Amino acid sequence: MSEAPAIQADGLTRRFGEVLAVDDLTLTVPRRCIYGFLGPNGSGKSTTIRMLCGLLMPSAGSARVLGLPVPDEAEGLRRRVGYMTQRFSLYEDLSIRENLAFLARIFGLGRREIDQRLRRQMDRFELSSMARRTAGSLSGGQKQRLALAAATLHEPELLFLDEPTSAVDPESRRRFWEHLFELVDEGATVLVSTHFMDEAERCHRLAILDQGRLVADGRPDDLMRDVPAAVVEVECAEPQRARRLLLEDRAVLHIAQLGMRLHALLQPEVDGPEQRLAGRLRDAGIDAGTRLIRASLEDVFVMATTPDGRGGAAP
Amino acid sequence: MKRSLVRIAAVAAKEFRHLSRDRLSGAMILGIPLVMTLLFGYAINTDVRDLPAAVADQAGTTASRALAAAVEASGVVRIVDRVPDAAALERRLADGGIVVGLYIPADFEHRLADGRPVGQLLVDGSDPVVQNAARALTQAPLPALLDRVRPGAAGAEPAGGALAVRAYYNPERRSPVFIVPGLCGVILTLTMVLFTAVAIVRERERGNLELLITTPVGSLELMVGKILPYVVVGYLQASLILAIGVVLFDLPVRGSLVDFYGGAGVFVLSILTLGLLISTLAATQFQAFQMTFMSFLPQLLLSGFMFPFDGMPRGAQLLAELFPLTHFLRIVRGVVLRDADLMLMADDVWPLLAFFVVVMALATARFRKRLD
Repeated sequence: MSEAPAIQADGLTRRFGEVLAVDDLTLTVPRRCIYGFLGPNGSGKSTTIRMLCGLLMPSAGSARVLGLPVPDEAEGLRRRVGYMTQRFSLYEDLSIRENLAFLARIFGLGRREIDQRLRRQMDRFELSSMARRTAGSLSGGQKQRLALAAATLHEPELLFLDEPTSAVDPESRRRFWEHLFELVDEGATVLVSTHFMDEAERCHRLAILDQGRLVADGRPDDLMRDVPAAVVEVECAEPQRARRLLLEDRAVLHIAQLGMRLHALLQPEVDGPEQRLAGRLRDAGIDAGTRLIRASLEDVFVMATTPDGRGGAAP
Repeated sequence: MKRSLVRIAAVAAKEFRHLSRDRLSGAMILGIPLVMTLLFGYAINTDVRDLPAAVADQAGTTASRALAAAVEASGVVRIVDRVPDAAALERRLADGGIVVGLYIPADFEHRLADGRPVGQLLVDGSDPVVQNAARALTQAPLPALLDRVRPGAAGAEPAGGALAVRAYYNPERRSPVFIVPGLCGVILTLTMVLFTAVAIVRERERGNLELLITTPVGSLELMVGKILPYVVVGYLQASLILAIGVVLFDLPVRGSLVDFYGGAGVFVLSILTLGLLISTLAATQFQAFQMTFMSFLPQLLLSGFMFPFDGMPRGAQLLAELFPLTHFLRIVRGVVLRDADLMLMADDVWPLLAFFVVVMALATARFRKRLD
């Protein structure tokens, strides 16, 4: 029998009073990949991760992590799973070294092992030169590296990262993702939640969450290729007026303005969508250049999350 | 001007909203006046009554028995024991079983005739309030008794009273001698509970807890690890208070330091668990402070620190028996002032141990490694 998937969730549901935070979530995360949770705030990303870590009880449904049921076996999974919280959760009044040493002892590492492991983690995440600085005095990017060093200290098979890059600059984000790919190369599985499209695109697989529901999942390339809309870019002089005008067309599902350009999603069955939009604008006396372009992940996201009527829901 | 009033009204209305949604503060608004007034008005009574007493009657005559009965009839003492001699009275005083001993010598009848003091009151004088109450015994009921036993004797009453008083442990009636050992317990109660009450709440507020509960650390491991450093802090504070008492207030330390530190250790452990329990109940550090304060007040008032325990009504005494401070006050006063042996005060040691075990179990059970 082959290895169990990293995560298998079946109808996972969580209610907070009246609010349905996670609604009947079913998904499979294969091993040795970066699996992304993409969704806006309140879409249920953190709640799902917390249920998978055994921190929250599901209201309904079940999940298996590394083949073991959670939350029943959550304690047994502690040594095999790493978790990086959304909010920085290490001790700000302790130094980098003290924080890591504390966790290493909690995870039951031996004295000699601790020395080696600490040196390795601090080298790897470029923290060695500031080992004695308190965590509270670090910059956003340094804190994030420390948090990742802490979450991977015990060499977990599965790593949960809850919006790890929300508070760091682009360069730190780029380096952070290099670290994640290294970890996957070494055999780990990474589940990362984000609301950045560019980060989502880097994932091997992606689940798009909206209001607690799974609205799309698959490889980012497949999702972009199969998006159920034609994407037209419009360049014109009066983008605001053009936008209002084009939205009157029933075939237009969504228009976003990007500077002087418009980004329009049309029903896929429309013939010659770019000529159709150019024609409409010409009739209104607006000179416009239009061209059909490849869908981006943002388009996938918009199509998956726009309410019915003006754009289908889940594929 | 008008706009300013509107703004003031807006702030005030908002403040009322906060108060009405903060249940704990609401409870304090009503709870503190209620508890304080009830405690001060009802439970606290500086008229000391029913002090446990023992009699050593070596005369054994009708008149000597009448004397003992008259002393008890005053209501100030309650005779709980009869012992053969003065040495036994002293032993019972030291182990805390009695506060007053009535010694009636064999030549009681002669003394009665001579007009000399007919007996001796041996008083645990640690608490000046208690000592004064016992001194009053020499005055009030006795002339009538003497008159009844031997008509005409009232006129020959000795100037110093029919009974001589011998105060033990604090004959000069200096209040620091009595207060400093108790203060040790009061200060430890406040600081120890405060430190541990915020221990877990702080981690929750700062977000550390979410990380901590995803590690293999167990609930009990976390609880024990959290209180251990404060045992050291508690010992440090106890030593400091004792040292200040000795150096500045001339406090006599009559018992053994081993007994003092042994009792302090058990006491510190028990109140640390109270702090831990608060920490698992409170959602914020401010709530933890409020709960600490509310648990501290009744202990301060009922433990026997501010007012004599023997002056309180039975119900208040039973409640006070639940507090660690009540038991530690007896232990620390016994050891420091009366050279009592910790082993002989088991009645006050086991309640502390029981408190530690029960509250520790409650705190551990309350603490779940979950966020919901």
